[in-house]
Amino acid sequence: MTSAPSESPAPAGPAPHGPREAILEARDLVKHYPLTQGVVIKRQVGAVKAVDGVSFELRRGETLGIVGESGCGKSTVAKLVTSLEAPTSGSIRFKGEDVTRLSGRARKALRRNIQMVFQDPYTSLNPRMTVGDIVGEPFDIHPEAAPKGERRRRVRELLDVVGLNPEYVNRYPHQFSGGQRQRIGIARGLALRPEIIVADEPVSALDVSVQAQVVNLMERLQDEFDLSYIFIAHDLSVVRHISDRVGVMYLGKLVETGTESEIYEHPTHPYTQALLSAVPVPDPAAEAGRARIVLDGDVPSPANPPSGCRFRTRCWKADERCAKEEPPLLVPGAGPAEGPARHPSACHYAEEKARIVPE
Amino acid sequence: MTRTQPDRGPLPGTGTGAHTSPLLHVRDLRVEFRTRDGVATAVDGVSFAVEAGETLAVLGESGSGKSVTAQAVMGILDSPPGRVTGGRILFDGRDLLKVSAEERRSVRGARMAMIFQDALSALNPVVSVGRQLGEMFQVHRGASRKDAWAKAVELMERVRIPAARARAGDYPHQFSGGMRQRIMIAMALALEPELIIADEPTTALDVTVQAQVMDLLADLQSEYRMGLILITHDLGVVADVADRIAVMYAGRIVETAPVGDLYRAPAHPYTRGLLDSIPRLDQKGQQLNAVKGLPPSLLSVPPGCSFHPRCPAVRPVCHADEPPLYEAGAGRASACHFWKELLDDECAE
Repeated sequence: MTSAPSESPAPAGPAPHGPREAILEARDLVKHYPLTQGVVIKRQVGAVKAVDGVSFELRRGETLGIVGESGCGKSTVAKLVTSLEAPTSGSIRFKGEDVTRLSGRARKALRRNIQMVFQDPYTSLNPRMTVGDIVGEPFDIHPEAAPKGERRRRVRELLDVVGLNPEYVNRYPHQFSGGQRQRIGIARGLALRPEIIVADEPVSALDVSVQAQVVNLMERLQDEFDLSYIFIAHDLSVVRHISDRVGVMYLGKLVETGTESEIYEHPTHPYTQALLSAVPVPDPAAEAGRARIVLDGDVPSPANPPSGCRFRTRCWKADERCAKEEPPLLVPGAGPAEGPARHPSACHYAEEKARIVPE
Repeated sequence: MTRTQPDRGPLPGTGTGAHTSPLLHVRDLRVEFRTRDGVATAVDGVSFAVEAGETLAVLGESGSGKSVTAQAVMGILDSPPGRVTGGRILFDGRDLLKVSAEERRSVRGARMAMIFQDALSALNPVVSVGRQLGEMFQVHRGASRKDAWAKAVELMERVRIPAARARAGDYPHQFSGGMRQRIMIAMALALEPELIIADEPTTALDVTVQAQVMDLLADLQSEYRMGLILITHDLGVVADVADRIAVMYAGRIVETAPVGDLYRAPAHPYTRGLLDSIPRLDQKGQQLNAVKGLPPSLLSVPPGCSFHPRCPAVRPVCHADEPPLYEAGAGRASACHFWKELLDDECAE
């Protein structure tokens, strides 16, 4: 995830499958939701800056994890990437073509390639449709994807691929458990053979023992179909497990980006450090020697973010400079010349901190 | 699994009851729900004890019976369809299942209190938080409105709500999620209860806020020397704060152990499966060892050991014989016929 400034070097560490080209590129994405006042004559009194200048790229076959707390804009990023929402400004290039400028047929064709898996398997499946209809519905919208006579066979294949019994095509969603429903959602996402799947909190609603089954399934499908994932979650442990590269969001902005090990083992942004230190680890022995940073206060409103650095109101390093100058997402100038701490971090005082994550 | 009673010291409002028994002692509790499809045994012979100043974590997935156990102890079970069909709930030596409704009510809130997961729906949206907190003192202590308000502000300060005096007149929706959970904690603490039951208190919160709230809860607990039952599905949260853990599966406790022992060497295959299946922040693994299958429906719990259809180490005896909760070393118990082999294996690794 090299970000806005083009001088930032390629992330350290070898990519898992050798160097791969960027399949999706987001540049300076902005999404503001207007706040209006008045019933008859509406006037805009402000805007919720849900996403406020986010740039990243997704390479073929990799998983890009996006983490952040509620209200940081990560789900809005998912909606923008899947064209469910149009950005206020900025561009999203899929294989070089700007998605945000397309309309009509071209846009529809492009959407085939970017599919979404939703968080809540209880509300994202229509209770009145059978599983076969749910998984086959993408073929109604994109008839060119599968000839009519073949659809039923394809649906059964898809169910089999996600580990559901193909005999279940005529059942309804309520007859399935949460984990099985999420498998149905994944099968629907796969139906059009997309190249990119955007998964917004795909395992958050599931029980722990079932979560692992779905995560394993997503990893297997990635290898099998050469999928690229944007994996959005608030659970930092799950994101570490599945991601090759990770971006940390706070209040509509990316504050730190890097490979999984750069972010988890060598975080330099104070917010990332606080976030990681707050995640409990299921091991009292490891927990004992850990540095804990407990932040004060809550996330400010995205309608009225703080000046300068948005994290400064909760940051223990903040000074006058942070209130005036907004730190860009860049590899910090100070610090070591080499090594895993050299990755983009939007902090004037970016620096590694020991014992955030137990070793 | 009772332990020696630590010196509780004189607590205001206590004094009656046997001093050798634990604060709360649940014996063989059974709760059934009558549904259209049959009788679901949500809690099936659960026993545990909590001492003053101790934190017991009850860990389980959805449908394991952990919340129903809490509701039965609190006496707020939805009834019907729920019904306590057996067992005893000894609180400070008295069986709460045998006392009058009025007596039960005087215990609830004053001597044992509950913190719920979803503060927004647990608080009254049309009454200011100062009034809601003050009501505790008006109803239970007969305080005047003015005194109650002052006490409410004091409580809000105690749970570290900034500008408490100014914010006491605000309504629940004007507070953030973390602040609302603090108000819930304040309400639970109001009458200085001896026991607090927290049902997933931080599940709805972001991690940085979760850390704040858990810290606060732990501080207040040691300050007041309360017993705390922490109900959760999160193995991570528990590791940090609990003294002992009880793991529930399909309505039964399948393992109890001091927190360190349980993580070091689980004595039940289900606990082990849970620990192996969660991705860890400090590890980058390739494949998660998922527990196969799904938790059973409470309408048709498998015979024998209820975990046997999912157990990687299942043997013929598990299909028929329901394992009792075997004592498995100091302060530990496991409902697995083969707990000893499991522990030996883990020690050998």
